[in-house]
Amino acid sequence: MIESLALNNKSEKIDYNILNLGPTHPATHGVFQNVLKMDGEIIHETTSTIGYIHRAFEKIAEHKPFYQITTLTDRLNYCSSPINNMGWHMTVEKLLGVEIPKRVDYMRVIIMEFARIADHLVCNSIIGADTGALTGFTYVFQWREKIYDIFEEVCGARLTTNIGRIGGMERDFSPACMKKMHDFLNDFPKYFDEFTLLLERNRIFMERNIGVGPISAERALNYGFTGPNLRAAGVDYDVRVMNPYSSYQDFDFMIPLGTQGDTYDRFVVRQHEIRESLKIIKQALNNLPEGKFFADVPDFFLPPKEEVYNNMEALIFHFKIVMGEATVPVGEVYHSVEGGNGELGFYMVSDGGRTPYRLHFRRPCFVSYQAYPEMIKGSMLSDAILTMSSMNVIAGELDA
Amino acid sequence: MVQIDNQYILTELQDKFGERIYNSYEPYGLLTIELDKNSIKEVLQFLYDHKELQMQFLTDVCGIHYPQVVGKELGVVYHVHSLINNIRLRIKCFMPIENPAIDSATFLFSSANWQERETFDFYGIIFIGHPNLKRILNADEMDYFPMRKEYPLEDGTRTDKDDSYFGR
Repeated sequence: MIESLALNNKSEKIDYNILNLGPTHPATHGVFQNVLKMDGEIIHETTSTIGYIHRAFEKIAEHKPFYQITTLTDRLNYCSSPINNMGWHMTVEKLLGVEIPKRVDYMRVIIMEFARIADHLVCNSIIGADTGALTGFTYVFQWREKIYDIFEEVCGARLTTNIGRIGGMERDFSPACMKKMHDFLNDFPKYFDEFTLLLERNRIFMERNIGVGPISAERALNYGFTGPNLRAAGVDYDVRVMNPYSSYQDFDFMIPLGTQGDTYDRFVVRQHEIRESLKIIKQALNNLPEGKFFADVPDFFLPPKEEVYNNMEALIFHFKIVMGEATVPVGEVYHSVEGGNGELGFYMVSDGGRTPYRLHFRRPCFVSYQAYPEMIKGSMLSDAILTMSSMNVIAGELDA
Repeated sequence: MVQIDNQYILTELQDKFGERIYNSYEPYGLLTIELDKNSIKEVLQFLYDHKELQMQFLTDVCGIHYPQVVGKELGVVYHVHSLINNIRLRIKCFMPIENPAIDSATFLFSSANWQERETFDFYGIIFIGHPNLKRILNADEMDYFPMRKEYPLEDGTRTDKDDSYFGR
C-alpha cells in the first residue's frame, strides 16, 4: 500500500521517514498505533493499527446473562460509561416491551447529560493540553471529579459505573445526591465561563486549531461520522432529536452546529453541547416527576433486600435474576443512543435464551476513526495529534 | 410528497428486485429484508440513488452465524439509514459457510471499510472488492474466526475451572 502511493512521485525522489506514533505514546491518550510515512514534518501516508485492547466483548456477551453485560458496556467509552449503561438497559427494555415510568426517564436523562458533560470536558481540555495550554485541563478536571461524586452518590462507582438496572434505577436520588447536583449546576457555569474565556476566543488557540484536520460534510457522512464530529462538519444529526429515547422529546435544547469540520469547530460544538446539557439537566430536575424509580419487571429488577429476606416470592426472583434465568422474547432489536462521540447502537438478536444470541455494538469511535488517515494527510505531525484528540477517540470504544 | 414508511420502501424494493428479496418482516418496527447476496451492491446503490428514500448513511455492518441453517450459515447484517426521512432499513444476506463471499460495500460507503474488516475478522466472510481485507482487531496470525458459534468462550482444554454448576 505504501509503495503504491510513492508511484506518484516518480520524477523527484523523496526520502520518506517512517515514524511510529504509538502504540503507547502519551500524546495519543490511549493505545493506538499509527505508522506515519513522513516527508520531513509533513505526513504523507498513515496506516492505523488498532486492536491493542480488544477484549472480545461481543463474544463474552453471548455467554453472559443480560444484566451482566452492563459491566461490559462500561468499558466501551469509559469517559461516559453511564450513557453506555443506559443505552444497554433501554435495548433490553425495548426487547421486553417494558413501559418505563417518567421518573426513570428523567433520572436517566440527568445522569446521561452529566456523563456527556464529563466526556466533553475531557475532550476539550485535552485539546487545550495538546496545544500547550495545560491550565484549562487542570481547571475543569475538578468538575469532572464532582460529576463522578454525583455518580458515586447514585450507584457507588465513579468511572466504570454499572449505573441503573434493566427496568429503572437501582435507587432513588438521595437528598445528598440532589444537593450535589444542585451545587454543580450553581457553581460549574462560572468556572466553565472562565474555561471558555481561556480558550474559545483566545487568538493563539484559534490560530492553532482553525483549519486543522478538516473534513467535509459529504466525506463525514460517507465515513459514518455521528455525534459532535459530524455536527462540526455541519450536519444536524443527533439521535436525541431524530429518534428520541428516554423522553428526550420533553426537553427544550439546541443542537450546536459547526461549518468547517475542523478541530476548532469540534471544540466549539462540544463547548456548546455542554451548555445545552446543563439546560437539559435543569429542566429535568425542575420537572422531575413523582413516582417509582423502577418499572414493573420482576424478572429483571432486583426486589428490595428486606423483601428478599422475608418473602418467598421475592427470594425466588432475586435468585433467578442473579443466576440470569429470566425468560426473554425471541426477536431482534436495534437501539441507539447519543453517546459522547455519536450514535452508540446496540444490535441484539435474541433466541429466547438466557444470553443474547448475537450482540453487536455500533461504536461511533470505531466507525469514524477510519477517516483519520484521510484527515491528516498533508498536515504536520503536531496537527495529527490535535486532530486525534479533537475526534475524542477512546481506545475502549474503538476496540470493544 | 409520498408517505415514506416501511410499506413504501418494501414496495419500491420489490418492484425493482422482485424475487431477490425473499423474506421481509418488521421486528420492533424496523423493516428487515432478506436479500439474495449477489444483489447487495445493486440494492445499496438503488437505495442510495433513490430520489425519495436517499438512504445514504450506512450505520452498521456486522456478521451473524446460524450453524443449524444448512446452506445459509453465515450472514451479514447491514443497517442503512435515510437521514432525510429518518427511516432505517435492515438488510440481511446469508451465505454458505463453505464459500462465504459477498460484494463489498466500500464502493459506496467509506465507513464499510473497517466494519467489513471486523466482520471478516470475526466470521471469516470474504468481501469481494474490499481494498484491504485483513484482520483488524485480532492478531494477523490467528487461524480461526472466533465469533463462529463452534468456538467456546474459553479454551475448552482448561481443567481448573468447572462452571457446570452454573449452567455454562
